Amino acid sequence: MSSQSKAVEVEDYKYGFNFRDTSVYRAPEKGLSEEVVRSISSHKQEPQWMTDYRLQALKTFRQKEMPNWGADLSTLNFDDMYYYAKPVSKQEKRWEDLPPEIRETYDRIGIPEAEKKYLAGVGAQYDSEVVYHSIREDLAKQGVIFSDPESAVREHPELVRKYFGTVIPYSDNKFSALNSAVWSGGSFIYVPPGLKVDIPLQAYFRINLENFGQFERTLIIADEGAFVHYIEGCTAPIYTTDSLHSAVVEIIALKGARVRYTTIQNWSSDVYNLVTKRAMAYEGATVEWVDGNIGSKRTMKYPSVWLMGEGAHGEILSIAFAGKNQEQDTGGKCIHAASNTSSIITSKSISKDGGIASYRGQIKVDPGLHGIKSKVVCDALIMDADSKSNTYPYMDIQADDVSIEHEARVSRISEEQLFYLMSRGMDEAEASVMIVNGFLDPLVKQLPMEYAVELNRLIELEMEGSVG
Amino acid sequence: MKIEIRNLHARIEDKEILNGINLDLSSGEIHALMGPNGSGKSTLTNVIFGHPMYEVTEGEILVDGENITEMDTHERARKGLFLAFQYPVEIPGVTVGRFLKRAVEIKQQHREAGVTSGSTMPFVRELREAMEFMEMDQQFINRYLNEGFSGGEKKRMEVLQMLMLKPSFAIMDETDSGLDIDALKVVSKGVNRLRGPDFGALIITHYQRILDHIRPDYVHIMYKGRIVTSGGKELVTTLEEKGYDWVRQQYGIEEEANEQPVESR
Repeated sequence: MSSQSKAVEVEDYKYGFNFRDTSVYRAPEKGLSEEVVRSISSHKQEPQWMTDYRLQALKTFRQKEMPNWGADLSTLNFDDMYYYAKPVSKQEKRWEDLPPEIRETYDRIGIPEAEKKYLAGVGAQYDSEVVYHSIREDLAKQGVIFSDPESAVREHPELVRKYFGTVIPYSDNKFSALNSAVWSGGSFIYVPPGLKVDIPLQAYFRINLENFGQFERTLIIADEGAFVHYIEGCTAPIYTTDSLHSAVVEIIALKGARVRYTTIQNWSSDVYNLVTKRAMAYEGATVEWVDGNIGSKRTMKYPSVWLMGEGAHGEILSIAFAGKNQEQDTGGKCIHAASNTSSIITSKSISKDGGIASYRGQIKVDPGLHGIKSKVVCDALIMDADSKSNTYPYMDIQADDVSIEHEARVSRISEEQLFYLMSRGMDEAEASVMIVNGFLDPLVKQLPMEYAVELNRLIELEMEGSVG
Repeated sequence: MKIEIRNLHARIEDKEILNGINLDLSSGEIHALMGPNGSGKSTLTNVIFGHPMYEVTEGEILVDGENITEMDTHERARKGLFLAFQYPVEIPGVTVGRFLKRAVEIKQQHREAGVTSGSTMPFVRELREAMEFMEMDQQFINRYLNEGFSGGEKKRMEVLQMLMLKPSFAIMDETDSGLDIDALKVVSKGVNRLRGPDFGALIITHYQRILDHIRPDYVHIMYKGRIVTSGGKELVTTLEEKGYDWVRQQYGIEEEANEQPVESR
């Protein structure tokens, strides 16, 4: 079966290509049912507890209403999707052992090259399954686990049962329930006490099929005093119909641990991206989310940090670009559940060609706590009169000894700035890119170099040809 | 470079501001343009650079015989025109170094052939040298363009850019306003450094002060959207002695009876 004919050419999205469906197994029909859930579970040869968990989650998914806030999801049709496709019969440890189409996909995205240069391990997911996985040998020897979650269910059941679904229960929201019912692929990471993984681990998520739902599930456990930086990227072909990506990411940072999680989301413009991400930071632990949203049709995603122990620190950097037909409803949440905890949320958004960028965030401080510090800074840049920016900063502060700062700025790209740069010889497109890059600069500086370059390049592509 | 402004009429929204400007400017010449507030000096500047808010309703601007009236702003700059802004805007997140490097690159691509004063010095060395000449701290290279600069620092930054870009002709829009005497001397020094056969400038000002440091070859007085009189340096002295009331009396009486005063900006 080929969907090549329906692919739409869009010049400025470099990853819009697709290949024919070579899946070894695919859910026989579109739509969601108990049979589909059971068939996913049986394909993975899961223990009974996981099958039961999935079925329970499916019930909850059906009971939950769609959110009546956030991005416009009125055209999302759950019945018009495939929920599972297994691209290969087994996972490979060498790129050259993958089928040629799949291998070419990752070559074009540049993953094998990045792996050689600056990654400690890579997981590559294609539709529903992780088709390639690697970890630097010395890290594996020191006890670092980096695998797909299915392997973890089999090989490390004690860790999975202890933490899976504890940070984000399936009943958290409609999409966490959906993911919990049909999850497939994702990452499982465990870093032993005191171990610092010096260079990043990366996962790459690729959707190839049309009308497809990808539901990866990620669980990261940093044991006491450990450090890990995990990076995820994602792309999909451009079709004329919609796809869905609905992930659940749970992070546990135990006492004194630090976890940094970086996302460069570049889904094609027909993907609904509805993701729940949350971390628990225990005593003295730090969790940082760097969340870059460039692609997708609609995104709703608010990475959260629950500060559970004294001295815990949470930090969220959110970058959103909403172009034509895009709605980015993003932000972050920090829940202060212990004294002497601190949080910083920084959001930068750009809206252009009718795009809507909304910051939605929450700071919550539980009663009776002291020594709480929190700072929220939201900057929005609106490129033209058709585009919109919204800010929804929710604050729920139930303690007195609290220092909260909140700044929000919305600016329009000004004619005077363009005129100034153009008077120095830059054409309008270059002047706009320079202003946008300048707007993002303080944030992009905090990314690892390779990703800062990647993000700048993506923004420049988004800006290209659409000015003037 | 030869600039010919012919019977130029322009408006912003529905307000006519330029009512038939005629002016010949050329490299190798320093012109001063004086006139009271609202006479249209800043409008003339913006129109010469093609600011999108202004509409030319009649007349034309020729650069070396080519009509540039409909040209985009960046194309005018690439021909070798430079505008020193009265109110330079802040460009957050863009460092002075990065911005100037790009501006110099563009200049090299588009006008190196026509400009004899093009330097062979590496960019950073030339920039450091120019900053020293303008008595600016080298730290400015890494600061965001105009962000948090004082009024005087912004004006020095404009002249620094001019030194780096070596235009064939510069319009300097009230570069002297708000400067103390030391800053004024530095800014004037920058302009005088470029002075020569390949550089010309139109210095827009209210005051004689800057013209004591940069001696103009020609002086023009603008009133109600027209050049009402032109002359040599002596015109500045007359104006300084008699004030703008003299201009109003000489050139404004008939119009004032049936017209509202025109405000620019």
